[in-house]
Amino acid sequence: MATLIFLLSAAALLQFFISYSRSLIAASIKQPLSAEVRDVTGIPNSASGDDFARVLQLLELCPERPEERGRIRAISAYFGLLTAMRSTVARIIPTLVAWTDMERGQCAYFAAVTLDRRIAFSRDMLAQQIDV
Amino acid sequence: MPASIGYLISFLGAILEISVVVCSLKRHAFRRYLCLNLYMLSTVVVSIGRHQVLSHFGLRSSEYRYTYYYSDALLTIFLYLALITLYLHVFDEMKVEKYVRLTAVLLLAGTALFSYAVVHQSFHSFDKLLAGFVFELSQNLYFVGLVLTYVLWGAILKLRETRAQLIQLVLSLGVYFSAFAAAFALKNMFPYLQSVTYIAPVLGCLLPLAWANAFWRLSPDARMVPARLAVVPR
Repeated sequence: MATLIFLLSAAALLQFFISYSRSLIAASIKQPLSAEVRDVTGIPNSASGDDFARVLQLLELCPERPEERGRIRAISAYFGLLTAMRSTVARIIPTLVAWTDMERGQCAYFAAVTLDRRIAFSRDMLAQQIDV
Repeated sequence: MPASIGYLISFLGAILEISVVVCSLKRHAFRRYLCLNLYMLSTVVVSIGRHQVLSHFGLRSSEYRYTYYYSDALLTIFLYLALITLYLHVFDEMKVEKYVRLTAVLLLAGTALFSYAVVHQSFHSFDKLLAGFVFELSQNLYFVGLVLTYVLWGAILKLRETRAQLIQLVLSLGVYFSAFAAAFALKNMFPYLQSVTYIAPVLGCLLPLAWANAFWRLSPDARMVPARLAVVPR
């Protein structure tokens, strides 16, 4: 009985986690990137999953906004899950490759939008300090 | 679990729970999601109460153990009621409020009866029976909560509910219930697995974090297409 409950709960957890992560990404996917971030990250209009690690490294260089910490962690965990799926399950089900690639690209775009916000935030802080 | 880590997680959890209420007050969502906010406030009160009992009687005392499990069952019932209010939000245009409330009460009573039926043959003294019942009820309510959240997510997809805040509240609750139900099942499968004891307090912090994010980041008017979030495309 416990095994059955565990399997059902784990399947539901996976489904809810994927949908929740996608709901976090959905809010930022419509937002265009500034020219500055496009230059820095090398992302033109749509990102690929390979950009994610690089954008995260750039994010670490900017001052952190506390309200973003949880979301970045959730999306990093989602990206890790997608990468694991791509190298395991997607080998058996080839149609999953395109889906995981698209989702990984959206994770990278989400990180780029967050980078954009952080740069704007840092600029505002600097402007405030200069005013003081 | 070392006491210092336990204190730290508990303190972090309380801060996050308060931040949910503050965020919803700031964004004028406190009354709209009154039950969710009351649940968060009650978890803070319970955390303070548990801390008091812990500092007076110690971690291994029966007083602390009883306080912990009884308050946990009470909080699970509150969370169940909070989930039902999310149902009322989703079905508010269908005027089925009365039926939702009736079904919720019957389901809660049914879960309590089932839990009692499971434990009543195993324990002979009243104290042990009550403690066993409270633990069993809490565990079963997590699973019922998971099933109800899953059904609610199905209803959101079917009814094309677009309120982004509501969608994120339901999805984060789904993650929370399913993770807890999985942790409880894992604990039953491997009773001596120590790492499972860390899961519950950490999960306890994730729900307020997700809810605070939903209240803070999303305006009540923000919309999204739920079909795009589903794992299986619709």
